[in-house]
Amino acid sequence: MSVLVYLENWEGKFKKNSFEAAQYAAKTAEMMGTEAIGVSLGETDDLAVFGAYGLSKVISLGGADFGQFDNYKTASALKSIAEQNSADTLIISGTLNGKSVAPIASIMLNAGLITNVTELPSSVSPLTLKRSVFSSKGFVNYSSEEATKIVCFIPNSVGVTEGSGSCEVVQGNVSLDATPTTTINEVDRIKGKIPLPEAERVVSAGRGLKGPENWGMIEELAEVLDAGTACSKPVSDMGWRPHTEHVGQTGIAINPDLYIAIGISGAIQHLAGVSSSKVIVAINNDAEAPFFKAADYGIIGDAFEVVPKLTEAIRNFKATN
Amino acid sequence: MKVLVCISHVPDTTSKINFTSDNSEFDKNGVQFVINPYDEFGLTRAMWIKEKNGGTVTVVNVGSAETEPTLRKALAIGADDAVRIDANPSDGFFVASQIAALAKENNYDIIIAGRESIDYNGGQVPGMIAALLNQPFINGCIGLELEGNNAQMIREIDGGKEKLSADLPIVIGGQKGLVEEKDLRIPNMRGIMSARTKPLQVRPAIDSSSRTKVGDFEKPAPKSAVKMVDAENVQELVSLLHNEAKVI
Repeated sequence: MSVLVYLENWEGKFKKNSFEAAQYAAKTAEMMGTEAIGVSLGETDDLAVFGAYGLSKVISLGGADFGQFDNYKTASALKSIAEQNSADTLIISGTLNGKSVAPIASIMLNAGLITNVTELPSSVSPLTLKRSVFSSKGFVNYSSEEATKIVCFIPNSVGVTEGSGSCEVVQGNVSLDATPTTTINEVDRIKGKIPLPEAERVVSAGRGLKGPENWGMIEELAEVLDAGTACSKPVSDMGWRPHTEHVGQTGIAINPDLYIAIGISGAIQHLAGVSSSKVIVAINNDAEAPFFKAADYGIIGDAFEVVPKLTEAIRNFKATN
Repeated sequence: MKVLVCISHVPDTTSKINFTSDNSEFDKNGVQFVINPYDEFGLTRAMWIKEKNGGTVTVVNVGSAETEPTLRKALAIGADDAVRIDANPSDGFFVASQIAALAKENNYDIIIAGRESIDYNGGQVPGMIAALLNQPFINGCIGLELEGNNAQMIREIDGGKEKLSADLPIVIGGQKGLVEEKDLRIPNMRGIMSARTKPLQVRPAIDSSSRTKVGDFEKPAPKSAVKMVDAENVQELVSLLHNEAKVI
């Protein structure tokens, strides 16, 4: 028995998501009285650092099969490593790639799959987890008694704290199943932007901004805060911003540490996608905007005056702290 | 071209979510049900495929008779026929097993399901269908064009997008971008009339298990009252975010 965790990398680099997944696995393994083992695919940064997050060992798989992300090959590799290590629990961070791997892996491993998980297991026998449902308007406890279980948690929902130490890194060996072929023809990453699912801080704006030409101040505020930028549904529907920025019930659900909503009224569909944010600030010129009921801090005022002042105040704060 | 579009029957996005008094179930009282928004993008894209390449569009739902109005709406939008697999959709694996069994009999070229449903947000069904059928799976798909037997697709990745291609048959986890919001088809009067006589087949469920069990529901903890900061004093907000909220 052991807990296995998929350590996703982005062009060879690891992000907070990967460390969060490692620690999630280590804490779950501790509850089960067993060890947590990482699986890394392709050429990456140093893997021994995962010891600081509680892993006892990382198995690295190199070679041409893992040069580019492939959901089936990833699932097949995880299956093979799980079998070699008699792992009965597999942890996957719910990134866009993770969500593409987990269902396939669950079929290959005949596993019970619990996705959208927001906390560490409340029990390990049977494995019971709290997950978000109805776009964060509710939670439900799920359990699975299958011999193998896969847990897919929402990135940034459990957090991560760095410890110390390093772990053993070994080169693994797997024989992959023959799986369907999908060819990647082009990868287009937006440079210098923080992807929303992993952003710890998010600055978001809505129709109150009046037009796409006014987003400069939103981007400036995001820049001083090291934040990702997001928008409401109408803004994305009107084409003011790309729909990769649309947060809410039918867009991306996010749960950053800080969410600043500017000129967004706070319709129930929008709140559904952002209400898990740890701290919410609403800036709106309408004192009756529903967002003020969902926010921790609020400013009633004209975004065009408040936002530049706030950017300046944060810039000054950062310069002196 | 044979396209299957999976339709979830979900509470309208404006619904207030409540649970029964013992927290064992979602309280459907007074709730309007609609086609899952993520599935709507796939349905309109399926109509475009049919109009360009010919073929048929079938819609499927795994659920009880109460989901039939939602399937009729999909027929009114333009699907040719509907299948309701008569069962309580107990978990993602159960639903995927049912749809995969239907697909094995009918050999669809493309299966499109929403990336997730807005009720349980599991995001499991499309990937499981693909794996059960051993077909390529493109999740978070925001672009789909066909060239003969080959599909050119765009999918969202963390921090960008990726262009991919695969030979049919394929399974798509769809979302906005497959078509734009403004392009979504809505039923017109002629569609609604013709939907009444289009075939809606009720099919018994195959024998399949669930692999997970649903326990108690709970509502999110209520938020404490908002602290208002004067617009003239943004400095105070910075202090609060630093000292009290500790997020900067």
